[in-house]
Amino acid sequence: MSAQAQPRKWERFFWPVLATAFFLALWHYAVVWTATNIFPSPLAVEKGLVELVHKGVLYQDILDSLRRVAIGYLAAVAIGVPLGLLFGWYPAINQVVNPVIQILRPISPIAWIPVAIIFFGVGDYAAIFLVFLGAFFPILVTCVDGVANVPLIYRRAGTNFGLTPPQVLARVVFPAALPSILVGLRIALGIGWLVVVAGEMIAVTSGLGYLIIDSRNSGKRYDLVVGAMLLIGIIGLALDLLFRRVETFKPVRWGFRNES
Amino acid sequence: MSIQPMIETEMSTHTLRPKLRTEEVNMIFTRDGKNLPVLENINLEVFDGEFICLLGPSGCGKSTLLSAIAGFLKPTSGDILIDGEIVRAPDPRRIFVFQERGVFPWLTVEGNIGFGLGRLPRSERAQRIQYYVKMVGLEGFEKSYPHELSGGMKQRVEVARALAVNPDVLFLDEPFGALDSITRMIMRGELLRIWQAERKTILFVTHDIDEAVQLADRVVVMSARPGRIQQIVPIDISHPRDISSPRYLELRDGILSQIGLAHNL
Repeated sequence: MSAQAQPRKWERFFWPVLATAFFLALWHYAVVWTATNIFPSPLAVEKGLVELVHKGVLYQDILDSLRRVAIGYLAAVAIGVPLGLLFGWYPAINQVVNPVIQILRPISPIAWIPVAIIFFGVGDYAAIFLVFLGAFFPILVTCVDGVANVPLIYRRAGTNFGLTPPQVLARVVFPAALPSILVGLRIALGIGWLVVVAGEMIAVTSGLGYLIIDSRNSGKRYDLVVGAMLLIGIIGLALDLLFRRVETFKPVRWGFRNES
Repeated sequence: MSIQPMIETEMSTHTLRPKLRTEEVNMIFTRDGKNLPVLENINLEVFDGEFICLLGPSGCGKSTLLSAIAGFLKPTSGDILIDGEIVRAPDPRRIFVFQERGVFPWLTVEGNIGFGLGRLPRSERAQRIQYYVKMVGLEGFEKSYPHELSGGMKQRVEVARALAVNPDVLFLDEPFGALDSITRMIMRGELLRIWQAERKTILFVTHDIDEAVQLADRVVVMSARPGRIQQIVPIDISHPRDISSPRYLELRDGILSQIGLAHNL
C-alpha cells in the first residue's frame, strides 16, 4: 500500500485485525516463553474478565467510571465554554486572568488529589473534581484561542448586518470558533478519562481505577489488573470515535482537515 | 479636481442626486511609534445609483478608504457623509462585500442569504431568500454549505446576502480577486446585470484596470503612499461595453499612462 492509495474496504479491517492478532500472539508467547508466574497471558485476562462479568461487578465499575467522567466533564464544559467565550471576546479580561490560567494549567490533576480530598473528603466528589480540573483547562484555552482567531471580516460582516455585540457573539463568533472549541472538547474528554482512573485509585471504592488497585492489593490478581487496563483503553477509544462523529456534522465540518 | 460626472452615460437619464461625499478625509496609521499617512485629502462625491471604481496599486489605501466609508474605520480627520449624515458606524443600509472569504462557512446558502433578515416574518424571509437565490443563479444549492461550492458560487452567495437586506449602497472590496479569469468575466457581467436591475450605488475597489473600465461610470484613480485621488475618469461608453472598441482602448490606455505604466510589456 502506498501512502496515496485509498485502501480497499477489506484492507481497512484486515490489516488492523491482523496487527492486533499479532500483538496478542506476541504477548501470549512472551508469557509462555518467560514462564512468568505474575504477568497474565491474554487468555488468563479474558477468563478473569468473564469471571467479573458473572459476578456482576464489572458492569457496575464501568458505569461508575463513566458517570464520574460525565459529571466532571459536563461541569467543565458548562463553565469552561462560556468563560472561554468571555475571555476571548474581551482580550482585556484575558490579559488579567491569563497568568493565573497559565500557572494552574500545567499542574497535573494527580497533584490535586490531596487538595481534592481536603475539599470533598474521600468519595465521588473528589474524583469528579479531578476530572473537572483535567478537562477544564484544555476547554478554556482552546475556546479563548478559537474566539480570538475568528477572522475580522466575519465580525465586520455581523456588525454590518446590524447585529448587537451579544448577537455577534452568538450568531457569528461562536459558530466560527466552534470547530476549534470541539477540538478542545475532544482533547478534554480524553484527559477526563485518563484522570478518572487515577482519582478512583485513591478517592473511591468503585470504578475501573479502583478495580485495578483493588485487584492488586487483594490477592495480586494481575489478570484483572491487565483486564481493567485493556477495558480502559477500549472505552477511551470508543469515546474518542464517538466524538469524532460530531466533527462530521455539516455546520462544523468546514473547520476540520481533509474537508475542502 | 473635477468631480462632475460625465454626461454621456446611462447616468444622464437619471437626475443626479448626491449620495455620498467625503470631505478632506485624512487617515494616518501609527505603526511602531511612527505616523504613516495612508489617505490624504480625499474629496469625492458619488451620486445616487452610480457605479464607482476605486483603482490603484496595492497599498494605495483604496481598501482603507472603502472601510472608512463603510464605517469600519474612523478617519483621522475629515468627514464622510451619506445622505447628508456623518458616517459613524456600519449600517445595514450599506453592505460591505468582502472577497468570497466573507461567506459564513457554518451556514447553508439559504442561511447565509437570510442572515440579515432575522426581523422578517418567516414566510417573507423564505420568499426573499428564494428571490435572491434565483437572481444569482444558485437554484438547487439552497441547502449546500460553502465548502461544497466553487469560489464563484461563494461570491454569488455573498452578493445575494448583501442584496437581500435591500441596501442602497454596496461596497465591494476586490470581490473577484480570488477567482479565475473566466469566472471573473462572468461575475462582472452578473454584477452589471444586477446593478442595472436594482440601481444600487456601488463603490468597487480593484487593482485591475480592465475591470474598472468595464464596470464603472467613473474610475477614481489613486496614487500610493499616501493615497491621493490622482484623477477621476468618466467612462462614457454605454453598457453593454464593447471591450475592443477604440473608445474603450483609449480610456484604458489613458488610465494606464496616468498610473505611469507603458503600453508595452
